[in-house]
Amino acid sequence: MSNLFAENISVRLGGAQILKEASIDLPAGKLVGLIGPNGAGKSTAVKAILGFVAVQQGRFRLDETDLAELPLQERAKKIAYMAQGAPVHWPLTVERTVELGRTPHMNPWQSISVKDATAVAASMKKADCIHLRDRLVTTLSGGERARVLLARTLAVGAGYILADEPIASLDPAHQLQVMECLKAEAKSGVGVMVVLHDLGYALRYCDKLILLYEGSVLAEGSPAEVLSPENLKRAFGVEVARWDDGATQYLVPHKMTQ
Amino acid sequence: MIAYLTRKPWALNVALVVALALAALLSGLFGQVTLSIGQFTDALFASGNDGMSIIVRELRLPRIILGMMAGATLGYTGAALQGLLRNPLADPGVIGVTASAGFGAVVAIYMGVAAVSAMAVPLFAMAFALMATFVLMMLASRDSSVLTLILAGIGISSLATAGVSLVMNFAASPMSLQDMVLWMLGSLENRTFDDLLLAGPFIVIGWILMIGTGQGLNALSLGADTAQSLGIDVKRLRWRIVLGTALSVGATVSVCGAVGFIGLVVPHFVRAFIGHEPGRLLLPSAIAGALLMTLADILTRLPIGHGQLRLGVVMAVIGAPMFIYIIFKTRESMR
Repeated sequence: MSNLFAENISVRLGGAQILKEASIDLPAGKLVGLIGPNGAGKSTAVKAILGFVAVQQGRFRLDETDLAELPLQERAKKIAYMAQGAPVHWPLTVERTVELGRTPHMNPWQSISVKDATAVAASMKKADCIHLRDRLVTTLSGGERARVLLARTLAVGAGYILADEPIASLDPAHQLQVMECLKAEAKSGVGVMVVLHDLGYALRYCDKLILLYEGSVLAEGSPAEVLSPENLKRAFGVEVARWDDGATQYLVPHKMTQ
Repeated sequence: MIAYLTRKPWALNVALVVALALAALLSGLFGQVTLSIGQFTDALFASGNDGMSIIVRELRLPRIILGMMAGATLGYTGAALQGLLRNPLADPGVIGVTASAGFGAVVAIYMGVAAVSAMAVPLFAMAFALMATFVLMMLASRDSSVLTLILAGIGISSLATAGVSLVMNFAASPMSLQDMVLWMLGSLENRTFDDLLLAGPFIVIGWILMIGTGQGLNALSLGADTAQSLGIDVKRLRWRIVLGTALSVGATVSVCGAVGFIGLVVPHFVRAFIGHEPGRLLLPSAIAGALLMTLADILTRLPIGHGQLRLGVVMAVIGAPMFIYIIFKTRESMR
């Protein structure tokens, strides 16, 4: 089976146990939401899969290969990462920023090939930022920047994408745009995992949810199963209102439980 | 023309190399004895051993080569450190090696060994720079954060500066105090092939370590985590640049004294032409650094005031206004 699988990972950071034997399964072609309250270990789980934080235990498997056996550059071709609030430190043009996504496919001396340029243009189209190609990223609005960084992530052409809160601090239209784009990516066969705080989006867009609570997986499965009143009460301490207009399900937290 | 250079990094490189070649030639012609081009090439290539050949081969040639190597080192490491630290205000001095080499030099002057051999000062400076490099590696390898690196650099720098003050405080005579101050102002005067032999190998090793880091620095524009996710070994990149800078700048300062501003200003100058992409800045910054150093060295030979103009002074006098101008010109896009 094609998937990115992290098995029983435990991580300790600064004396605190952040993850406790959490297993995370990201199948190819699915949009998986990683949800949980602040401090549940969502970002750490993503960083552990990417090898940014040392794990006490756990195994990582990509399709049939052990991730530990993959050299850094090979891993980079297969898993793309969109960092939380991803910064751009220099006033680069949009096109050049997106081109950085091709880094894993190039040696230090190569410049952009035709194949790379094609991938870059396609990603900018998908993320709706091709018209911004000559602008400097530092002059863009938050929503435009998010689309550029999404295009940068897509440009890697990886089989798996891990996006850490890609829609935080975006207006509703941009949130929808980014989620639609990630959903389309999953439909085309890419395994996409998004760290989400908005439970409504988690319910509507994701094929599968993983609910982390205090470093462990509290629930995993279809959005309807995972977002049960009991789980939400336990993990988030909230009660939610739900309704269904026949085509789409909605969910809004409206009260803290005591 | 400017617009063309702005789009094409290689065109800028070609223009800079041409300017550098002209500047190097000028540097060969001017001095206490001014030569014509014919006299210069004769002295350089003919096998004669007259006074002119000695001036050109033993004095001007090492001075030109050393100046270009030093300028290239300071320009390149300035651009590399600004990229690594993602801070346009970084310069090669931040890692503390410059101040440490200065400490070594004043110790040599204080102890009087400078009077025994011309090589004593650069040898002491080099030894202190290498010690500082070693301490820096020890302090900053405990964790991988950029902050630790900067703090370690500031710590080493402060310690070395304190050492310099202490030595100056106890300086035996006004003469030795003057020697110390003049050394700190930097100069390429009377440098020989011995200086080149001492500093050259360390400078070249430093360059080799830093070659090919452009791709990693570009990726680092997106943050360390994202760079890592793009297949860049960020830790390795950091050590290559820090160790490369420490070795090449330590060696440079040992033979030229503390010449400031090149590492800070040159990358900004290059940005004005080809934009902010850190990897693209490296090579043109090296060439522009060599050019600026060569030009400044020519200016030190102008008969202004009494006594010799020092290289570091010329550089600061040109560098500071240039820096202010460039900052005002580019501040819009820096936001």
